[in-house]
Amino acid sequence: MAVAKESADAPALALNLPETPRHQYLAFAVMVVFFVAAPFFVYPLFLMKALCFALFACAFNLLIGYVGLLSFGHAAFLGSAGYLAAHAAKVWGWPPEMAILTGTATAALLGLIVGALAIRRQGIYFAMITLALAQMIYFFCLQTPFTHGEDGIQAVPRGMLLGILDLRQTMTMYFVVLAIFLAGFLLIYRTIHSPFGQVLKAIRENEPRAVSLGYTADQYKLIAFVLSATLSGLAGATKALVFQLASLTDVHWTMSGEVVLMTLLGGLGTVFGPVVGAVIVVTLENYLAQLGSWVTVVQGFIFVICVLTFRRGIVGELGNILKKPL
Amino acid sequence: MSTVFGVPTQALFGQLLIGLINGSFYAILSLGLAVIFGLLNIINFSHGAQYMMGAFAAYFLLQWAGLGYWWALLIAPLVVGLFGIVLERTMLKRLYQLDHLYGLLLTFGLALIIQGLFRNEYGSSGLPYSLPTQLTGGQNLGFMVLPNYRAWVVVLSLIVCLGTWYVIERTKLGSYLRAATENPALVQAFGINVPRMITLTYGFGVALAALAGVLAAPIYQVNPLMGADLIIVVFAVVVIGGMGSIMGSIVTGFGLGVVEGLTKVFYPEASNTVIFVIMALVLLVKPAGLFGRER
Amino acid sequence: MARRVLLILTALALTAGTASAQISDGVIKIGVLNDQSSLYADLAGQGSVVAARMAVEDFGAAAKGLKVEVIFADHQNKADVGSSIARQWYDAEKVDMILDVPNSGVALAVSQITRDKGKAFLVSSAASSDLTGKACSPNTIHWTYDTWALANGTGNAIVKTGGDTWFFITADYAFGHALERDTENVVLASGGKVLGKVRHPLNTADFSSFLLQAQASKAKIIGLANAGGDTTNAIKQAAEFGIVKGGQSLAGLLVFLTDIHGLGLQTAQGLIFTESFYWDLNEKTRAFAKRFAERNRQIHPTMIHAGSYAATLHYLKAVEALKSDDGTKVIAKMKELPTDDPLFGKGTIRADGRKIHPMYLVEVKKPAESKYPWDYYKIRATIPAEQAFRPLDKGDCPLVKK
Repeated sequence: MAVAKESADAPALALNLPETPRHQYLAFAVMVVFFVAAPFFVYPLFLMKALCFALFACAFNLLIGYVGLLSFGHAAFLGSAGYLAAHAAKVWGWPPEMAILTGTATAALLGLIVGALAIRRQGIYFAMITLALAQMIYFFCLQTPFTHGEDGIQAVPRGMLLGILDLRQTMTMYFVVLAIFLAGFLLIYRTIHSPFGQVLKAIRENEPRAVSLGYTADQYKLIAFVLSATLSGLAGATKALVFQLASLTDVHWTMSGEVVLMTLLGGLGTVFGPVVGAVIVVTLENYLAQLGSWVTVVQGFIFVICVLTFRRGIVGELGNILKKPL
Repeated sequence: MSTVFGVPTQALFGQLLIGLINGSFYAILSLGLAVIFGLLNIINFSHGAQYMMGAFAAYFLLQWAGLGYWWALLIAPLVVGLFGIVLERTMLKRLYQLDHLYGLLLTFGLALIIQGLFRNEYGSSGLPYSLPTQLTGGQNLGFMVLPNYRAWVVVLSLIVCLGTWYVIERTKLGSYLRAATENPALVQAFGINVPRMITLTYGFGVALAALAGVLAAPIYQVNPLMGADLIIVVFAVVVIGGMGSIMGSIVTGFGLGVVEGLTKVFYPEASNTVIFVIMALVLLVKPAGLFGRER
Repeated sequence: MARRVLLILTALALTAGTASAQISDGVIKIGVLNDQSSLYADLAGQGSVVAARMAVEDFGAAAKGLKVEVIFADHQNKADVGSSIARQWYDAEKVDMILDVPNSGVALAVSQITRDKGKAFLVSSAASSDLTGKACSPNTIHWTYDTWALANGTGNAIVKTGGDTWFFITADYAFGHALERDTENVVLASGGKVLGKVRHPLNTADFSSFLLQAQASKAKIIGLANAGGDTTNAIKQAAEFGIVKGGQSLAGLLVFLTDIHGLGLQTAQGLIFTESFYWDLNEKTRAFAKRFAERNRQIHPTMIHAGSYAATLHYLKAVEALKSDDGTKVIAKMKELPTDDPLFGKGTIRADGRKIHPMYLVEVKKPAESKYPWDYYKIRATIPAEQAFRPLDKGDCPLVKK
């Protein structure tokens, strides 16, 4: 049922070593250095977008790579969190940390509801339920007055974080976003490399056996789903403050497709894959934007090539070459 | 003027009829999808793009070859169906032993490519395609004017849908197809060329989508994004009807068109969402769909 | 010590160099931001880029020693895409002025960003009268037309001829709501009644259900508070359902030359609406149209294209007079200088950022009345500039001193 286990060469990557291997420390260090140095060379707003999507993709990967469930409705969490955070910051006038928390909490709640309903099914039916529920959330967002429909919530104030950091300064905002991303990333990492994560893997590999060993598979899957939804919400709420805008694009089902693309390209079930995938896709969109619809064509090509010949994704292939899980 | 729940009956009948017309599009499209999934286990996310290609084929036939609507009804599905066959032979074939979801991702990617290419060439404001002269005008039914063309759409969809159902469920060819999905190896052992049947079936499903596209061309604008938002609604219809059931998708297609029409009368804002609400409910209660069998 | 003096002098020299009496980075960079691929692509789109470039040439930038660059991008009618591009243009690509921006939702977002960054925004496409009303800004000038002017022109004219019961089919976003609101006010003020309204999503393909509701309401006039592809779809499908034959009339509240071209005179004949420019008005407009059509695949200029041209021309005049492209200052200068261009004639820009010029009530010709390509309109009436737009004190604009 799970996507990752179908390709015969996946198991080598799914192996989990008990303590953090050194090469993963190294990869993490490389990533941090890159993101700390980058804003001095590259337009910071673009990098912040990449970071938010990287967090979104990592959260999504938790569900598909480690639990084996393809959700086709994750945009609902990204977008709803964005709307609530924007509304909290603009209309209620809350400080940014409260706005982001509000957005994240909304996504967690939605994740609980959607997860509880969807977990009972598997495979394509799970994907379809998440899509259906996400569509309902989309139309709710379209109709309800507080989101202002097509116009979105605009001019969202960034405010002062904890009363000290002025988020209107681009570099300050950047490092706050980087901190949020790293926190989310590390949380996911800890989750995967923990007894909880081991059980998830067991469930993915062979659910009946895990159940027979006494684990209530549904509960574990639900917790993973809620965690994934919450972190997607964190990404969405942060993004709303970065762009000072919350719009329908973030709850539309094509956004759900984008995050699948990012994760697939980077490597399903790898630790760093989603980050790489997100950065590449966001960069592509930015530089190809001038060429209009070529962006969609390129995205389509990436999907096709990845599915046909490149199923491990970039980081997955890299890990395979180095014979170490990344 | 009599009313039902506060809505004048005239308005109600009008919306129901519109709903039926929309339902015929849902029915043909979901029939194609159901055929492909039910018999081949492929989740064809490029169905919307193939619907769009059908409409464009009709447009091109008119522009480049001067062949009008009636020719397009025959030729467009053949051409697009052929394209589908090529797709199946070159790409889809490799994914059969993998999880369904890879098929979904591949066809999703294909849809993006096709839609992107057409958008680049033709923008998205839509190209004109006129009603065939034999079908202009309308019938005054008292509560509304029913355009002749839209009535034709309902009639043709019914014929095509029921015809396909009959072939698959009641003929020998259909029984071979159904057997091949249950146990391809055994059927192959009997000397039937299973891979070729699968290819042709995919081509047929795609041709159905293209036919719907030709039907749509005169009333909706021919534009590259016409299939994009339609595809998920059609998926919902197939899931509700039961992913393997032909009759299920036909009945659900028409039925949901009518339900949507009713919603537009009483609560218009929800008309887009009602299909998904129903889908969620059905999936929770009867995951195999209203008419389906669990796989 | 000498070294320190030298450093201070250098610093002073550098800061003096960047004082306001300078064109930033030596280039006046104009960004045309609009819908290049979707339902508004024909009425603005590449045509606006052509218009802007023609304005730059006609201004004679090269001869005056000013470097002007025109770039463009597609905002896909999405507020988030539009505001990202605007931000990136202002922050990273040193764009000084943004032009066009159809889609009022995007325009409102860009107006805010332009204000935050002190640049200039010339809106030649978007319609919402809020841009010079409650959302007015010292960095934004609204050219061409707005929802109030359209409502006033078309609404008044139709009610006076007996169309006193209305049903609205409205595009569900900022522009549609503004147009519906402004037209409703005019209808009610003239003694008419609004029998019902229905909202449809932007870019709707099928209007059958909304048209049926309009039919059921028995309103004399069905007001289409939408634009571009939405309007043309609605008009075409109305013909299918025998709406006009059944005695009701369609009122296109925002219709462009390119829409009529797409519909054809057979379907569009008799439509009445308001525009601020028609290519066949006089010799000057005809001359412009000829040059424009040659560069724009024979598509004749809509009022948007004319607005883009006129706005760019006036902007460059202001920059030349001020010798600076500082956004806020240039906008102030543009309000100071009276406008004069071959397309709109002489006019002024008010304190709230509203450009004033006459509006024309037009009627679409019957096929037999059209003598040459693009000969589509009859001018029914001219509304003088002072009456065409919302009075200055009625807009709730904070910039206007009461």
